[in-house]
Amino acid sequence: MSDHTDDISKHVRGYMIVGGTLLIGTILTVLASYVDLGHEWNIVLALIIATAKASLVALFFMHLISERQMIYVVLAFTAFFLVGLMFLTIGAYADFPPLTTTR
Amino acid sequence: MQATTHTMPHAGVHEAHHEEQGFWRKYIFSTDHKVIGIQYGLTALVFLLFGFFLMMMMRWQIAHPGQPIPLVGWLLERVLGDVAAKGVMSPDLYNSFGAMHGTIMVFLAIVPLAFGAFGNYVVPLQIGAPDMAFPRVNMASYQAYVLGGIIMFVSFFIPGGAAQAGWTSYSPLATSIPTDGQTFWLVGMIFLITSSLLGAVNFIATIIQLRAPGMTWMRLPFFVWAQFVTGFLLLLAFPPLEAAGIMQLMDKVAGTSFFLPTGLAVGGELANISGGGSPLLWQHLFWFLGHPEVYVLILPAMGIVCEVIANNTRKPIWGYKSLVYSALCIGFLSFIVWAHHMYLTGMGTKVATFFQTTTMIISIPSVIILTCFFISLWGGSIRFNTPMLFCLAFLPMFGIGGLTGLPLGFAASDLHLHDTYYVIAHFHYVVAPGTIFALFAGIYYWFPKMTGRMMNEFWGRVHFWGSLIFMNVVFQPMFAQGMSGMIRRMADGGANYATATLQKQGVEVIGGLSDKMMNLHTMILWGAVFLALVQIPFIINVFWSIKHGKKVTSDNPWNATTLEWQTPTPPPHGNFAHAPTVHRGPYEYSVPGHSSDFIPQNETDKGSRQH
Amino acid sequence: MDIPYTSQPRPDTGIYNAKVGIWLFLASEVMLFGALFSTYILLRVGARPEDWPTGLLNVPIGTFNTAVLIASSVTVVMAWASLKMKQFNRFKLFQAITVLCALTFLGIKSFEYRDKFTHYEVWKTDGTRITGHLEGKPMFMTLEKVKAAGKESILFTPDLHHYSEGKKAMHERDHGDHKAVEIPVAQIKRLSAFVPAHSTYFAIYFTLTGLHALHVLGGAVVMAYLFGPGAKMWFTDPDRLTNRVEVSGLFWHFVDLVWIFLFPILYLL
Repeated sequence: MSDHTDDISKHVRGYMIVGGTLLIGTILTVLASYVDLGHEWNIVLALIIATAKASLVALFFMHLISERQMIYVVLAFTAFFLVGLMFLTIGAYADFPPLTTTR
Repeated sequence: MQATTHTMPHAGVHEAHHEEQGFWRKYIFSTDHKVIGIQYGLTALVFLLFGFFLMMMMRWQIAHPGQPIPLVGWLLERVLGDVAAKGVMSPDLYNSFGAMHGTIMVFLAIVPLAFGAFGNYVVPLQIGAPDMAFPRVNMASYQAYVLGGIIMFVSFFIPGGAAQAGWTSYSPLATSIPTDGQTFWLVGMIFLITSSLLGAVNFIATIIQLRAPGMTWMRLPFFVWAQFVTGFLLLLAFPPLEAAGIMQLMDKVAGTSFFLPTGLAVGGELANISGGGSPLLWQHLFWFLGHPEVYVLILPAMGIVCEVIANNTRKPIWGYKSLVYSALCIGFLSFIVWAHHMYLTGMGTKVATFFQTTTMIISIPSVIILTCFFISLWGGSIRFNTPMLFCLAFLPMFGIGGLTGLPLGFAASDLHLHDTYYVIAHFHYVVAPGTIFALFAGIYYWFPKMTGRMMNEFWGRVHFWGSLIFMNVVFQPMFAQGMSGMIRRMADGGANYATATLQKQGVEVIGGLSDKMMNLHTMILWGAVFLALVQIPFIINVFWSIKHGKKVTSDNPWNATTLEWQTPTPPPHGNFAHAPTVHRGPYEYSVPGHSSDFIPQNETDKGSRQH
Repeated sequence: MDIPYTSQPRPDTGIYNAKVGIWLFLASEVMLFGALFSTYILLRVGARPEDWPTGLLNVPIGTFNTAVLIASSVTVVMAWASLKMKQFNRFKLFQAITVLCALTFLGIKSFEYRDKFTHYEVWKTDGTRITGHLEGKPMFMTLEKVKAAGKESILFTPDLHHYSEGKKAMHERDHGDHKAVEIPVAQIKRLSAFVPAHSTYFAIYFTLTGLHALHVLGGAVVMAYLFGPGAKMWFTDPDRLTNRVEVSGLFWHFVDLVWIFLFPILYLL
């Protein structure tokens, strides 16, 4: 990130493009939900579009594309722990011993 | 002569602050990290005492079920009404006290004392910063903590009393108890979590941003490292509990079923709920905080022990880098061990294996830290003052606590020990003679910096020896009780099922508790009473020494190396007279060829003074 | 000694204090919403498909609200860029639009909430379920309240389809006028508006969107402050004001980012 005025005005054009892309992405998500791909694939597609949109916001609006190392490190750990929380919890549910019903 | 042996206020410090702040601004709504630290400390010590009293009353009930509590029974009846009729603790009241003892000790006493008080007071001084990075956020953090504490305290006096479902508040029990105690608990917890989050953000930002020139990461005192890791634990582990708390609150007040399963029956009737929720989810989210929380309790304590040991052995701490990397490892691993609290929920073998493995791995860095401390003692000419005694006791006590945790980390042995008094003994050894001893050491050690006077050494020793002996009298028998099968959280201490035996084909499949085990309750009760008595000298010592303690003759009475001792005593607003510059590591004691046996971090290589 | 690096970045880390603070705070927010998203996944996987309502939320309105948030994300970053380019009046303009967007979002959201509170499902004793509206459009009605009022039957205007018929059925436009039917109270097992207690879907819907709305509200307050009294700092410490706008913007983008996930999982899937 640079403080030069020229650079900023170049960025401004970028922000507009990202904003437009996000709006298109929103319309795409809605349209995609009306196409019947089978339930699972609808979910996958919706999440792919959402992740792409979220990445655009994070990278360009939040300037993560050119941030300092310290912030990357913090976010990397956070992401790791979040994945741990999600997958270990869900994993614990998936790995339940079969229920045997004895009367 | 040391250049720091002057207690006169440094010229220039007061010039920067022309306006005199009024009483409210200076002591109640202060943004100064030192005042906030002391506020945290005093509030937390009051809660510590309060939580201790709750436990004493419970111990009476356990040892003498159904008999009126001596001394305070009438007061309980007066204040709380029927739940303490005739001064006898009812099972409901026992459950309340049990739940609130845990909550108060963990969230209102130890964490605020270890993190809020010592962290606030010492960290900015040790890194050479004028204050925390966000002083007003710091004040808000303390205020949220006080609000949370008040809500928790008030909940004792509402109809139905305080929360009764244990400090872990498992659903559906927590949601099904028809009183409002749990609602208060949840709202109080949301405030406490907010307070911790604000504190954590502030601490980490301060340590990253406000280190003095020359204070590189590997020159940070270990105490700062410990607080740094603790900050991350609070920052990332608490939010899932906050989410869980919000959801349980929704279950309680909006009638949702986040943690309530389909077909839940309460009191023999099908509950009027939509169902579809998962009780296990609460446990996952709770223990996702719950386990890192253990390290939130222990890491700052290790930090204090490290400072005191280095100072009183007069030699560099052994394995500084090992300590730092171990603390980081603990922090990292503590996020992926939580489900070892849940082996008995019917967890599958694959997931159980994963959590057993990580649990065993996390014991390694803890052992490394403890080993480094032990080796640091080797060959030192140790000064046995009160803070050092507490730290020396911390080592074996925490060792017992840690090692007895290993059988709980294995699913096979945990099946037998889960939810028995063994568990209680284990984690109390970690927290009570472990963490609390370190906190006592910290109070004795930094008291001269805070007040300019020493605490009384003789009464300090009385406090230490009494605490050490009676802590063990209280907690050691619980190992035996737990291994013989005594379940925790029983309002009568197990009297009801002590005689219950079940024989099948002549073999005793369920053995009752022997008289020997039951009689240990009496011993524990008296241990707790004497433990309370030996705290009296400490309490008097703290207040007496503020006015009448021996005056320090130097800003650095312990001849310590770290930066907090290079400030005026007590440090003024803004801390340092001149911005310090750091030239060396934190523990340069007994450097060969140097005139004194310690070199402060801000002393230049030529041996000449900075200020 | 004053606290350093409030407006200028610290040389070795390259960041000023508030930016470290906000990113740490956002990291904790990631864990907060992450835990709730995990809950969503678990509850949804655990629910029978016919018990998980779909198609009950108004997609066009949700889409519009998404667009409002995205627009505000653009304006908030433009406000910061304006300050960087020393155009104070342009900053004021963009900041004002951002606050207006936030308020629009909240207004629309409360309208959506109200719509759900007056929309009902009836579980009948014969096992059938119908959704629709009660006579007089009351909010938060329950079977207990109906019984307490001493009514023998309720007048109910059913919807064309029940959500258990699947997403396709729900996508059909609900044309034509419906006749209200009378349902005897004795035939009703349970009656609930689409409130949090209705089902785990609405429980997580209201919890997630409610928490998100609180974030929007908080962000709006901060942004309004920086638009109003806080903007005076431009004339004393412009760098610090620019930092404050950037930091509040980072928070705002995060709130937008959360909504980008909330919209498809709650409205569309």
